[in-house]
Amino acid sequence: MREWFYIGKEWIESRFPAKEFWEDHLVKYYAPKNLNFWYFFGSLAMLVFGLQIITGIFLTMNYKPTADTAFASVEYIMRDVNWGWLIRYLHSTGASFFFVVIYLHMFRAFLYGSYQKPRELLWLFGVLLFVLLMAEAFMGYLLPWGQMSYWGAQVIISLFGAIPVIGNDLALWIRGDFVVADATLNRFFAFHVIAFPLILIGLVMFHLIALHRVGSNNPDGIEIKKNKNEQGIPVDGIAFHPYFTLKDMLGAVVFLMIFSAVVFYYPEMGGWFLEKDNFIPADPLKTPEHITPLWYFTPFYAILRAVPDKFLGVMLMGAAIAVLFAVPWLDRSPVKSIRYRGPIYKIALALFVVSFIALGYLGTVAATPTATVFSRLCTIIYFAFFLLMPVYTRLDKTKPPPDRVR
Amino acid sequence: MSDDSVDLQKRRILTAAATAVGGIGVVYVATPFILSMDPSAKAQAAGAPVDVDVSKLQFGQLLTVEWRGKPIWILRRNQELLDRMKEIAGQLRDPNSDELSQQPTYAKNEYRSIKPEYMVMEGICTHLGCAPTYRPEIAPADLGADWKGGFFCPCHGSRYDLSGRVYAGVPAPSNLKVPPYRFVTDTRILIGVDPERA
Repeated sequence: MREWFYIGKEWIESRFPAKEFWEDHLVKYYAPKNLNFWYFFGSLAMLVFGLQIITGIFLTMNYKPTADTAFASVEYIMRDVNWGWLIRYLHSTGASFFFVVIYLHMFRAFLYGSYQKPRELLWLFGVLLFVLLMAEAFMGYLLPWGQMSYWGAQVIISLFGAIPVIGNDLALWIRGDFVVADATLNRFFAFHVIAFPLILIGLVMFHLIALHRVGSNNPDGIEIKKNKNEQGIPVDGIAFHPYFTLKDMLGAVVFLMIFSAVVFYYPEMGGWFLEKDNFIPADPLKTPEHITPLWYFTPFYAILRAVPDKFLGVMLMGAAIAVLFAVPWLDRSPVKSIRYRGPIYKIALALFVVSFIALGYLGTVAATPTATVFSRLCTIIYFAFFLLMPVYTRLDKTKPPPDRVR
Repeated sequence: MSDDSVDLQKRRILTAAATAVGGIGVVYVATPFILSMDPSAKAQAAGAPVDVDVSKLQFGQLLTVEWRGKPIWILRRNQELLDRMKEIAGQLRDPNSDELSQQPTYAKNEYRSIKPEYMVMEGICTHLGCAPTYRPEIAPADLGADWKGGFFCPCHGSRYDLSGRVYAGVPAPSNLKVPPYRFVTDTRILIGVDPERA
């Protein structure tokens, strides 16, 4: 019996590098032993992504992507399909949690300088993933064909119309009709369920391949590969499997507890995860009183609204995302981790976080003059954090990082 | 002549030529896919002109019809409503409709219309595509004492007058768009086509 097992194993191994893959990426892939709480969110993002794909597949079995049937088919899933409500709530709550996890994952990079050399490309893949995830979420939100779906899409696609010369033709091309219509819904469905998920999976692979070439950063921001033992293993590294797989499993369990509580008890999150107006079918002739995107877009929406000029507003909103790509080259600090940075960076990061959350809130409220003043102030802080980074990271008084992780 | 000598320059030229030709092929193949996303023949046919009877419209009354899936407003104005707009010309961003893409040339005049009595315009805010609401009352509490009647966009607070001219200092960049239209008879409007040349 045992003999047959080894013959079978040998037969596969000579034809497929399963063992090498297992060793290179798990049992002989060494990660810093001091990875802390903030390092849960990468694996959690993968978990949520998997959850979205599985629930998404089952939703497509009952969803109908036409303007006449979309809204009713979602209600059909919610009321008549066995367990349909659970699958749909898992998917809609999953979308919001995806952004919670991704925002915390990105914040980790700012805490520990994870985008700095040699991890620039890893960061670029990550920001690209973030941009594509926003597009994926935006297109998914059109599919229920409620009032917010419809008017949100109308507003966002109109943003392309602000581009000089080609803008209006581009917006027409994206919609496939003169307004958001059946053609738009149908193509967004195609993008949401197949095109973007495929690209996302590919980019996640690139993100991981880049990560495994340079290795994880850590809370001390020092390179463990600089300090290896006789076997060539980093002395401050421990095997990813079983140590970090187990740690990540603990994170997954805690995450799923919180996630389930929301799915079962607050799936709409009082209008934050599923907006109230989206329970009214789309009406192309009637705009809702107050259009707001879902919470994960509101910081950027607030930046858009803070500018009194349409074209400049769109440009500034685009720049707010595009500037993330430049971060590895804006940060001139000699150290990576916030543990060894000086007070200036700590204050700058704190101000940035406060302004980002404030923008997120301001994007959900009506554009009163007071709200606009605060939006402008926060927009200035947002951009100052990035654009002044080359100056203040150089001025900042840093402490020398230790040789070994603590 | 020895066979193992390699002409690297020739290889480079061949590679470049093959890449260029292949690249052109890719562009040709991509074209039908990209153009398939433009409005289909059916969507364009649905953009056919709409015939509207305005004989029952009262002064100050707004009629909304659908053309190309967009709300088209027809507002009947008497002399009082037209005179009211003269008082606010100073508060407007483009009072003379100088931005030519926002109306056909035959509607580029003081009242942005073929006949001042009937205002025809697209009910889509030029800011981000919301539908403004018709607020004909004078000086309502929420719009301020200077309000002379017009259109207010609830999304981001853009304001337009009774000719769809945008106020200065609001997010919307331009006047409401005037679609092509013609009068078939005195009280029948065909929306979607220009007037016949006289």
